[in-house]
Amino acid sequence: MYPRKFSYVAPSRVEEVLRLLKRYGDEAKILAGGHSLLPMMKLRIVGPRVVIDLRNLRDRLAYIRDGARAVRIGALTTHAEIELSDMLKREVPLLPEVARWIGDMQVRNMGTIGGSLAHADPAADWPVAMLALNATFTIQGARKRAVPASKFFKGPFTTVLKPSELLTEITIPKPPKGHGWSWKKFERKAGDFATVNVAVIAVPDGRGQVRDISIAVGSVNPVPYRAVNAEKMLRGKRPDSELLKAAAEAAAEPAEPTSDLRGSAEYKKWLTKVMVRRALEEALNRAGITVEVVQHA
Amino acid sequence: MPRRRVQRRRTRQAAETVYDMVPVRVKINGVEYSHMVEPRLLLVNYIRDVVGLTGTHVGCDTSHCGACTVLVKGLWGDGWMAVKSCTLLATQVDGKEILTIEGLAKNGELHPLQKAFWENHGLQCGFCTPGMIMAALGLLLRNPNPTREEIKWGISGNLCRCTGYVNIIKSIEAAAKEMREKGVTI
Repeated sequence: MYPRKFSYVAPSRVEEVLRLLKRYGDEAKILAGGHSLLPMMKLRIVGPRVVIDLRNLRDRLAYIRDGARAVRIGALTTHAEIELSDMLKREVPLLPEVARWIGDMQVRNMGTIGGSLAHADPAADWPVAMLALNATFTIQGARKRAVPASKFFKGPFTTVLKPSELLTEITIPKPPKGHGWSWKKFERKAGDFATVNVAVIAVPDGRGQVRDISIAVGSVNPVPYRAVNAEKMLRGKRPDSELLKAAAEAAAEPAEPTSDLRGSAEYKKWLTKVMVRRALEEALNRAGITVEVVQHA
Repeated sequence: MPRRRVQRRRTRQAAETVYDMVPVRVKINGVEYSHMVEPRLLLVNYIRDVVGLTGTHVGCDTSHCGACTVLVKGLWGDGWMAVKSCTLLATQVDGKEILTIEGLAKNGELHPLQKAFWENHGLQCGFCTPGMIMAALGLLLRNPNPTREEIKWGISGNLCRCTGYVNIIKSIEAAAKEMREKGVTI
């Protein structure tokens, strides 16, 4: 399968990319790793007139930097680089785990975090992780702006990015040392998009209670969401199995999945509860919080 | 090599020039190639149809099956990396080194992976084999002593429709051992 004809350019400066975007607007598409864009072009779902390849910008836009309070990841960083980063395994272990579950080895070698976020597939993995981690995205256009993950996704394959803008960096505040985390991705077969994906970050207060928790759920709504009600139920609590069950129910409440080849709406809604509960159990366990099992007579 | 410039609109800024033909200058299995191609030409079609190396297969043509897997050097870092050549534009690897299944045997002697697939019945119809071997090589270069689970994870992007996975995994285990013992990489 061939994509439609297009004109091509591979600039070596961000400023050139911005000038090209300004000139060609929505007739142009940015090519990062190409593992979302090229399949769509081959299927002729999209047919840009101009492809702006960022391959000469790796020097500028591919990096993982450790800071005092946050890690910064360049938009062109590949999934594999995140998967293999020892610093991230130590500081934000959720990220390498999320990366490990994306596509397959070959896809992870090419695909980029920035490309995936800008593509905003409702079943993608990074958007869910970014929500749970309170990430911020740096966007360059006529001016530079920072958009929190919670405001970035607008709908399926739609973000706040304007045709003249480029996502350049992702800033992730470091969760406190000793935090618990979990990534639960349910996929029908290896490398598939998620049926449901859930990220949890749990911060213990040192006395067996939950100081803070974030729960993000993906693939069951047009955009991933934070399960704010469930988070409220757990903050400041010493959770038992009943509370986890109730929190998982609350977390699945906003889900309005559609029936498709990955399952019926009813099944996916049920699966959401199950995956949230499993994620909560794992994250709390890793945070050193014991979850009392309530026995029914 | 001269580039054919196509001025889309009148502009004085060369930076805004876009191209309808692009250069591909690559080294495949140690041999240099240089062509002007349409930017939409996929790497797998470049390797098969332009260069004429047909060992790299097109299976699904949608980046699922892995039959088109080749190694590219220096995409990031310095090392060789397995990629699916049906989901790369040929121009994306301009200036890089590529290794295909034809480049594995040296002086008439099979690479340990090829030998292990032969000896362990790691192929039935053989269609997935070039991609399977290149993916396995990509895995072993990164992790020379993988567990069975890590092998399965490593080749999860390669489909064998004969479903001969058990012997494929066995082959990769055997090859990994020989490569470690003999210090063979590529």
